[in-house]
Amino acid sequence: MNPVVSQRGVSWPLLAGVVVLAGLAPLVFSDFFVSVILTKALWLGVAAASLIFLSAYGGMVSLAQVGIYGVAGMTFANLVAADGGNPAEWNPWIAALVALAVAVAVGLGFGAIAARSEGIYFLMITLAFSVLVFYFFSQVTQLSGFGGVNNLDLPSLVGNPSLDPLPLYYTTLVVAALVFVVLKYVSRTPFGLGLQGLRDEPARMRALGFNVTRHRMLAFALAALIAGIAGLLSVWYNRRITPGSINLAQTIDILIIAVVGGLYRLEGAWVGALTYALLDNYSREYTPTVGNVLGPERFNTLIGVVFLIIVIVSPGGLVGLWERGRERVRRRGPPPGTVGAGPEASPAAGNV
Amino acid sequence: MSHLAHSDLTDGPVDAAPQTAATADGGFAGWSPKRIALALICGLVVVWLIIKAVDDPRRFAVVTLNGTTLAALFFVVASGFTLIFGLMRVVNMAHGSLYLLGGYLALEMQDAWFKEESSGLGLSLSGSDDTTYSLLAWILPLILATAIIGVLGVLLQQVFLRWNQGQDLRQALITIALSVIFADQMLAAFGGISRDIKTPTAWPESVLLPGDVRFGFFRGVVVLGAALLIAAGLWFLMRRTRFGKIVRAGVDDRDMVSALGINVQLVFAGAFLIGALLAGFGGVLGGTMISLAPGQDTSFLLNSLIVVIIGGMGSLGGAAIGALALGLVDAYADVYLVFGDTDLTNYSILLTFALLVGVLAVRPLGLFGRPA
Repeated sequence: MNPVVSQRGVSWPLLAGVVVLAGLAPLVFSDFFVSVILTKALWLGVAAASLIFLSAYGGMVSLAQVGIYGVAGMTFANLVAADGGNPAEWNPWIAALVALAVAVAVGLGFGAIAARSEGIYFLMITLAFSVLVFYFFSQVTQLSGFGGVNNLDLPSLVGNPSLDPLPLYYTTLVVAALVFVVLKYVSRTPFGLGLQGLRDEPARMRALGFNVTRHRMLAFALAALIAGIAGLLSVWYNRRITPGSINLAQTIDILIIAVVGGLYRLEGAWVGALTYALLDNYSREYTPTVGNVLGPERFNTLIGVVFLIIVIVSPGGLVGLWERGRERVRRRGPPPGTVGAGPEASPAAGNV
Repeated sequence: MSHLAHSDLTDGPVDAAPQTAATADGGFAGWSPKRIALALICGLVVVWLIIKAVDDPRRFAVVTLNGTTLAALFFVVASGFTLIFGLMRVVNMAHGSLYLLGGYLALEMQDAWFKEESSGLGLSLSGSDDTTYSLLAWILPLILATAIIGVLGVLLQQVFLRWNQGQDLRQALITIALSVIFADQMLAAFGGISRDIKTPTAWPESVLLPGDVRFGFFRGVVVLGAALLIAAGLWFLMRRTRFGKIVRAGVDDRDMVSALGINVQLVFAGAFLIGALLAGFGGVLGGTMISLAPGQDTSFLLNSLIVVIIGGMGSLGGAAIGALALGLVDAYADVYLVFGDTDLTNYSILLTFALLVGVLAVRPLGLFGRPA
């Protein structure tokens, strides 16, 4: 029923092309577009990639990713100089490393509990984790401040994004490309192949001597690292973090991005993130106002409806839709010149 | 073998009993260090509570009652959630939305129909305090809102969940999408301000319990009573009626039930109706007892999730125990996390988390959970 996960490696020319194009984007687009659309899409994509990695290769749809990236972001925010919270005024680079370490540690802990369950139970337990992280930070104002932690001290590499968005953009671009390559690579290592085995046949893998729970837990920790990176990028992008930015709505937004892009392809993370960022910014101008029900204020309704339609129409998301379309064209054989051969000639096309 | 299976279906409470017994003794000899550690922690918590209880028994009684009534509300909401999951394997992520919508509907009805009828011209200097509400002003919105939510639940199930049975992830995603839309539409329609449903003016504010303990009438009598009635009603429905027998059989083997010529679709719709009714009813109770505001849907979805994760998905008894555990932990943690000068009540959510982790560490499927 579900689309098959691709086994292919990285298509280097394609990746290089996309990265170069993205690298040239600032020449064409305004600073606003680069910052609000592209940079945001890239870090949202990293967060969604951590979810898609677990779901595509491990069969685990985790909603804890936002909780983990919140942990990384909050840790970073409390270690560097900032307004609010409990700033320790460390060097931002050291703070970033410590934040990642904390995220991985929390990921290992969550993984140890959640990895013992499967399927929909896993989804519910990780959702509970994520929401608990949100409630924790909204209650513990010693860590999250009363209005969030603001004006974070950032690493010198990204400078001050509000004055010049380019350094942060290129940093995010390089990190996102690295995340993609590393996750693709891991999926083809023995560890990644074992993970896919667990996804399809846990009982058989257990019989083969795999430690199923530990394998899942390690995969979860790797995804936590990626989520932690997304958390760092998000606090660098916003220069602040509030409990409200890691609440259930954000959890669901990341899930929406992953599903809209496609839960079965890593590429889908960035496709979904770009779609989301574009919708987020431009839909408000074009959404007609229908009483109280629809309008510029009702972005969540719009994104909810888009999400609903995608889930109903294409479980593989936009990437799945694209591949299905390509498949259909290929099966139709020679392009539309042969009109007479029409629909009956390709019985297979109907049941794609 | 077949005889055994048959007796399982026809006899009432036979299938739950052995399992409870198995969890209860579990065999002391085989206890792992993990279990011993957990038992030690539980022991420490109990000792701590006893110290607190001896210290100030009246306060302890109130806190315990607070926890119990909270648990009653959690149970009403979570029992619907677990019922739907148990039979259909649908994780209804829109359950919190149905809860909140039920509350809002009742509130709107009460405001629209019963506010003007009150004393005088409705122009009071001291705000809404002069408005009086009859018994009907609470009961009628309760019944209507609950019924509407029930119908809405069946509609949602028929439109969105009927054609994709068995694809549990897709169904969960669909209900998440619905919850996003619901949350936004409710914000648009009912605003972001926290409001609550008024109790009938004739009801007393509080009741006096033995030991000179005062406790809120609505919380202590109405909510607790309603939860007990619902628990009894569900028990009767599940254990003593044909519908319940089919539902229980369906939980164990859905395909077999439908092969026996039972209209499973009808049973599914019925289960969804009851689940949604419970969410709506819980919403009215919660809207009166706590308040209605955006975010309560999340909060009650989380509570339902935790309750059923602790209790075991699909088990009503588990939901009762899970609700009690969650309610009591919430209530005690809010009050008793003060050690001398250090006030740790901020961190109370960690205890909820610890409860969840503690149960899952020993029983990954929850206390009464069974493999799917």
